Amino acid sequence: MAERRVAITGIAMITPLGLDAESTWSAIVAGRSGIDRITKFDASDLSAQIAGEVKDFDPTQYFSKKYLRQMDLFIQYALAASFMVLDDAGMSHADARPPAERTGVFVGAGLGGIQTIETSLITMREKGWRRGISPYFVPALIINLAGGQISIFQGLKGPLMSHVSACSSGSHSIGEAFLAIKYNRADVMIAGGSESTITPLSIGGFASARAVSTRNDEPQKASRPFTLSRDGFVMGEGCGLMVLEEWDRAKARGARIIAELVGYGANSDAYHATSPTPDGAGAQACMNLALADAGLAPEQIGYVNAHGTSTAADAIESQAIRRVFGAHSDQGLMVSSTKSMHGHLLGAAGAVEGGLCCYALQRGVIPPTINLDDPDPACDLDYVPHQARQVQVEHALSNSFGFGGTNACLVFKRVEPAPS
Amino acid sequence: MSDDILRKIQGIIADQLDVKEDDVKPEKSFTDDLGADSLAIVELVLALEEEFGVKIPDEKVDEIKTVGDAVAFVKANKKKD
Repeated sequence: MAERRVAITGIAMITPLGLDAESTWSAIVAGRSGIDRITKFDASDLSAQIAGEVKDFDPTQYFSKKYLRQMDLFIQYALAASFMVLDDAGMSHADARPPAERTGVFVGAGLGGIQTIETSLITMREKGWRRGISPYFVPALIINLAGGQISIFQGLKGPLMSHVSACSSGSHSIGEAFLAIKYNRADVMIAGGSESTITPLSIGGFASARAVSTRNDEPQKASRPFTLSRDGFVMGEGCGLMVLEEWDRAKARGARIIAELVGYGANSDAYHATSPTPDGAGAQACMNLALADAGLAPEQIGYVNAHGTSTAADAIESQAIRRVFGAHSDQGLMVSSTKSMHGHLLGAAGAVEGGLCCYALQRGVIPPTINLDDPDPACDLDYVPHQARQVQVEHALSNSFGFGGTNACLVFKRVEPAPS
Repeated sequence: MSDDILRKIQGIIADQLDVKEDDVKPEKSFTDDLGADSLAIVELVLALEEEFGVKIPDEKVDEIKTVGDAVAFVKANKKKD
């Protein structure tokens, strides 16, 4: 059997920078920050009072308001994004899709419905279990209902799973969907991640672990990967989805192909619950796995969308990148952390960042790292500081590294636009 | 008074199931006409209990199939003001 290739034919995003992929991309190119003080709840008791909130999201554009009580916000994001991503792929009408049985959904998350858990615990204490807990409590919060609701609403009957690997969930979902198509389990996959964890318990938990920035007076400066003054990540929220489609099928229907997914690496550190190995060996090995899967030499990668969370781990990732890319690290390789703008979307991060890599390839623009005012000497790569750069590269690597020491790397390839 | 109860129940149902209040007629079936699933009916029961201070036992829930059934149950069990 000839090897099956995988085209990216649809991208959707809901982020602190915009309610769709195009507005998010525009903000990225402009180097805008989506971080501000938390408005969703009174955070004045917490050490961290800032986050990248999604603004003005109106799910009733996509589905009836009766479903709002049935789904945690991360599921609402995913379901809304599924309409956008199918539309972007030209698959709004079922006749543009393969048979339902050949279309699957892999949508992951890191924490899932923590908001639903928090509010239900309070109402249970107030009213007792019978009146205090909604009959929708369980389906509203479990992670696999993000993909489940997409499958139900869109009528998709292929493989349906949720990959849960903290901040790598989105990348793993896309990588596993890539394999599902390659191994002929499906022809089209909707894949990505969704997250909505700007809640007292979640922010409080990360604050307790001293993982989040407390730069409350300068929210837009708080996510500052690779700087000396970085002091933790800034929580974001939202969703990233892609339509992955078997290459020949996409070509045959004349689909617009945004990029090709050509490599996927997954491994683990086997080291610590929240810290990467100090030498970055896990990250390094994972990047190498993705490059080998793509059959590419390091020099062929033009852009790396780093995990770059604005934590101590930025230096470890930077050194791992340097070891993977050798001399190329100083000879044209561009590396940026778009988390400097949209914050850390946890389980959705890799899916949004993978989408940004596809746009970078398609549009010849490399996203910047903003706030890089005081570079850490231990972070010594070209981070595309402050401003986006117009450069056409052929391949991009997207890095995701999660709590538990779980790593995922994806390699995307530029596609010549079809003659119009 | 009784029309009051009907109207209140119509309002609750219309809101929870996202249907027009005019469509919430006594003969309408929750599952066949108004798009409710088994979980939506539980939620509706909880809302009626809260609004009218009645207790609808689980074995009674199965007998409430139409808007009219719900209205009749509430009228029969609501404490007199």
